[in-house]
Amino acid sequence: MNNKVTRNLYLFPYALWIVLFVVAPLLLVLYYSFFDIEGHFSLVNYKTFFTPVYLKMTLSSFWYAFLITVIALIVSYPTAYLLTKTKHKQLWLLLIIVPSWINLLLKAYAFLGIFGTKGIANSFLEAVGIGAKQILFTDFSFVFVSVYIFIPFMILPIFNSLNELNPTLLDAANDLGASRWITFRRVIFPLTIDGVKAGCQVVFIPALSLFMLTRLIAGNRVITLGTAIEQQFLVTRDWGMGSTIAVFLILIMFLIISLTGNRKRGV
Amino acid sequence: MSKLLRFFLGIILVSAVLFYALAELNSSQGYSGKNTLTIYNWGDYIDTDLIKRFEKETGIKVIYETFDSNEAMLTKIEQGGTTYDIAVPSEYMIDKMRKENLLIPLDHSKLPNLKNIDPRFMDLPFDEDNKYSVPYFWGTVGIVYNPKMLNGKKITSWNDLWDPDLRNKILLVDGAREIMGMGLNSLGYSLNDTNHAHLQEAKRKLDTLTPNIKAIVGDEIRLLLQNEEASIGIVWSGVASEIMSENEDLEYVVPKEGSNLWFDNMVIPKTAKNKEAALKFMNFMLDPKVAAQNAEYVNYSSPNKKALAYMPKKTVNDERFYPSPKLTDKLEVYENLGKKNLAYYNELFLEFKMHRK
Repeated sequence: MNNKVTRNLYLFPYALWIVLFVVAPLLLVLYYSFFDIEGHFSLVNYKTFFTPVYLKMTLSSFWYAFLITVIALIVSYPTAYLLTKTKHKQLWLLLIIVPSWINLLLKAYAFLGIFGTKGIANSFLEAVGIGAKQILFTDFSFVFVSVYIFIPFMILPIFNSLNELNPTLLDAANDLGASRWITFRRVIFPLTIDGVKAGCQVVFIPALSLFMLTRLIAGNRVITLGTAIEQQFLVTRDWGMGSTIAVFLILIMFLIISLTGNRKRGV
Repeated sequence: MSKLLRFFLGIILVSAVLFYALAELNSSQGYSGKNTLTIYNWGDYIDTDLIKRFEKETGIKVIYETFDSNEAMLTKIEQGGTTYDIAVPSEYMIDKMRKENLLIPLDHSKLPNLKNIDPRFMDLPFDEDNKYSVPYFWGTVGIVYNPKMLNGKKITSWNDLWDPDLRNKILLVDGAREIMGMGLNSLGYSLNDTNHAHLQEAKRKLDTLTPNIKAIVGDEIRLLLQNEEASIGIVWSGVASEIMSENEDLEYVVPKEGSNLWFDNMVIPKTAKNKEAALKFMNFMLDPKVAAQNAEYVNYSSPNKKALAYMPKKTVNDERFYPSPKLTDKLEVYENLGKKNLAYYNELFLEFKMHRK
């Protein structure tokens, strides 16, 4: 009995936190989404969301988030794998994580300089003989910078799961005559799939709602749901429509998490 | 367990020390209760030396915060979380705030320097008799371009921008009213037009400009134009004048089809805690010498008639930045179109942004 009371007591701050900072804001977002711009209760925002403008925006957000996640994964998996093979792996890991401590805006501004017409990237292209190209304000620069920013978040979970991999399993696979490719495909990858899933979630979900970079790096040539929410709240001041987009974004995120979730065996 | 406990105690101790140090630091610098003035202004829109001088002369401590759009400012003032004593909205926003009872009337007896302002900028429709606001800066929206990078080509109108030779050369400022206004003006409509057919037509016309547009950006447009990242930019006159002082090749023109004439005025929002200090600051900024120094730093056009005498003749006589009443009569001031129309402007602007090459 006593045990139960103390347990409830410990649970209390946690429950309070969840209710105040998770459940209440979500309910507020849902509540606001039912009001039109003049403050009347209506479903007009949901109707607006299903117009071609917003559907196109949703699709393009998905497309870019997908590209960013896939490229980040392609870069991160081998990197994480190599990291586990190095001697001072914690040090190398730290070096990869340090850039994520620098403010996002600062990094974005640095890329304005690097990718500019007279920036380093173009000087290099000219020196190599390719000639200056329009890099800034293109899809390429947007995806590149986003991948750069998200890579540490992808590497970390993959590194952890690779690091926990029992090396004797690899020896066993080797002894039983598996080639290196088969070992990777049948042993290493399935055992680290949880890390990959976690990394993809951590990258894909924020990538869906990126908004600063769409202006700074893509010059508003890429419009994501995040850009639209920002505009609805800060410029149009149509909180209803902004909330409606947020509701759909939240639904999409729940869907992704439940689809890629780590279901423990037997549960 | 005791390790964990010690860890938490440590964190609490560190927080307490930091909190105490911050409070000490603030009170030692005079940031306490009645003696502060919180100013809410556009980014890079004041000579910070003047704030220091004001603090020295009056002993009032200034807390300075910035915003990047009238709407963002309105949102914060409506929520009332911070006690802003002075804000600097544009004309249509003053009209809106005044009607929503978000402004405090000014006591003109505390503002003797108001007489320095050119009568041309006083008693305007958005604030009759200047009951709520004091002119700060004014200007136009126009085209800044680099004739050198365009092989000597001259631009005089909005419609010149649709020239196929200008492919991928134009930077636009990320403002729905500015860009939709440009579309409307290029078709000969008013930039306060609320006729949906006209607005649709303007949006379709803007879509055809897409191949010429390099990017739609915010404040970084100054940096990009200055570094010759693009040869044409749609900007406010002050941005143009600022980058032109850094890059002499640039030229600024107010398009002949018409454009926007705007005013930024100082107001005291409802959130104000220190009205006395706010009036003192307003009067200080209206002083001719102070206004002249500020205008030279910010590069926008000063409405202070007496201040012009303290500024270089070259600047004051420059018709591009100090257009005569004859020229400004042809320009239009933004009207407060109401939430619904503004939402429509923004909706079309968003659709225009999504239009791909």
